[in-house]
Amino acid sequence: MLQDLIQDFKKNKPLLLMLLPSAVLLFIFSYIPMVGIIIAFQKFIPVKGLFGPQQWVGLDNFRYILMLPEFKDALWNTIRISSMKIIGGLVVPVFFAILLNEIPISFLKRIIQTVFYLPHFLSWVILAGIFVDILSPSQGIVNRFIRTLGFQPIFFLGDNKWFPYVLVITDIWKEFGFGTIVYLAAITSIDPSLYEAAMVDGANKWQQIRHITLPGMFPIIILMSVLSLGSILNANFDQVFNLYSPQVYKSGDVLDTLIYRIGLIDANYSLGTAIGLFKSGISFFLIATSYYLAYKFADYRIF
Amino acid sequence: MRDTKSERIFHFINTIFLTIVAFICLAPMLYILAVSFSANEAVTSGQVTFWPKEFTTIAYTYLMANKLFWYALLNSIKRIVLGVGLNILCTILVAYPLSKDSRKFKMRNLWAWFFFIPMIFSGGIIPWFILIKELKLINSIWALVLPGAVSPFYIVVLLNFFRGIPAELEEAAIIDGCGYWRILFQIYLPLSLPAIATIAVFAILAHWNSWFDGLILMSEPKNYPLITYLQTAVININYERLTEEEIRRLALLGGSSYKAAQLFAGSLPVILSYPFLQRYFIKGLTLGSIKG
Repeated sequence: MLQDLIQDFKKNKPLLLMLLPSAVLLFIFSYIPMVGIIIAFQKFIPVKGLFGPQQWVGLDNFRYILMLPEFKDALWNTIRISSMKIIGGLVVPVFFAILLNEIPISFLKRIIQTVFYLPHFLSWVILAGIFVDILSPSQGIVNRFIRTLGFQPIFFLGDNKWFPYVLVITDIWKEFGFGTIVYLAAITSIDPSLYEAAMVDGANKWQQIRHITLPGMFPIIILMSVLSLGSILNANFDQVFNLYSPQVYKSGDVLDTLIYRIGLIDANYSLGTAIGLFKSGISFFLIATSYYLAYKFADYRIF
Repeated sequence: MRDTKSERIFHFINTIFLTIVAFICLAPMLYILAVSFSANEAVTSGQVTFWPKEFTTIAYTYLMANKLFWYALLNSIKRIVLGVGLNILCTILVAYPLSKDSRKFKMRNLWAWFFFIPMIFSGGIIPWFILIKELKLINSIWALVLPGAVSPFYIVVLLNFFRGIPAELEEAAIIDGCGYWRILFQIYLPLSLPAIATIAVFAILAHWNSWFDGLILMSEPKNYPLITYLQTAVININYERLTEEEIRRLALLGGSSYKAAQLFAGSLPVILSYPFLQRYFIKGLTLGSIKG
């Protein structure tokens, strides 16, 4: 047994050599921070160092955050916002994939598709800058339109009633086109003879979509929804951080933005890490479950 | 195939509808472009929609004179050159050993887990930040390059591609006396150039668009990459960090069109390379990770 391993080691020395530099980098920048979560159980003082002689406080930091009203708000907002994003992010791309597939001229189809993907490639910093302008209550193009219809302007980014929906809608706007890629691929893999048979039987477009296209996409829809389960505590930091302001913390503050403010702005490292660990712990459980389910039911494997 | 009248109507309405949606996807970019070329008064009085009013290039003239913008662009370019190079090197060197069968390379599965665990669990942002601070990498370009050098996601894409290369090629090379290094660089690499190009595109875009690490790891504004600079100049304007010249410029232009010009300039590289970009991206998606 041991001999086997030594033999394997000798034979594969070049392979191990290839892995080494990356393994060192990954160890430093991913595994050490993983061990660094111990500061969630300490009263961390930076000058003493990351693994220095810090004072241990047990679960005090966790007790404290669980009583923090901001934490409860952020947790609830995160779940609420990301669930809406997940559902919208499934339904909208499926809808558009079906419609795109029905465009008879392939040249036109390609152009529209290409335009659909564009927002995906732009940073949220740039898009947030644009949306702040477009949604502004005084000069924003959306409110100018609302005013010409005779309504009061709406402060989309400053009103707790509207803010979460702005997050959801702009997120769907940015990502739906990219989401259609996977579903379009699923549609093209449906056997065309099914459609021919349906047409011979006199099925119209709607019946074909309902009875052939949708069932054909079903496995991939299930797979994507299972995989998205793991991201329920990720409400998209980049987007929220660049669009929110203190007025809408109540409805728009999410776990990641709270971690940033408590941990990095107020330099309350231990509390920030405790919230982070809470988040990573639950996410780990969800991602592991979703990968397991995806493997079990769809035979999906990442590696 | 026969085309009934109702079907023709459906096709027509569908195409019109999708064209409108496509326009909605472009509209924010068109708006910002129009604003950036408009006089500020026209913007604040709400006259600009998708076409510039009182056409002027003054916002861009000011932008060209802004030193911080050029520093930031240079930092981004530096970051992309170093970062993407490192990304590709690490990806190749990890994907090849991990593409081996665990019967030939017994520790393969152990190593695979080592490389993929960071995909599902992380220590969070704060220990990561403290570590980089203790490594004295604050304000160094390496802080933006080294932590993300090994990306499990890229490894998965290339690994799956390597697996598609017929094993006979390698076996033949081994019989001819080739070592693993030569097999990798003389057989696998030339065959997987399209996959590597795809990963390069992913990596370039990721480095160009990331901004948060720049914000927390760079304390000097002149070390910011471009998108980080935009974040501080357009979104969270921190007046303490602006130079006097910057404040004067902001006051002079009153914001809107100058901001718009910065935003548009920041997205221009992506838009210009877009036709090329998206082809590789879609290839990447169907190539590696999501195959169902």
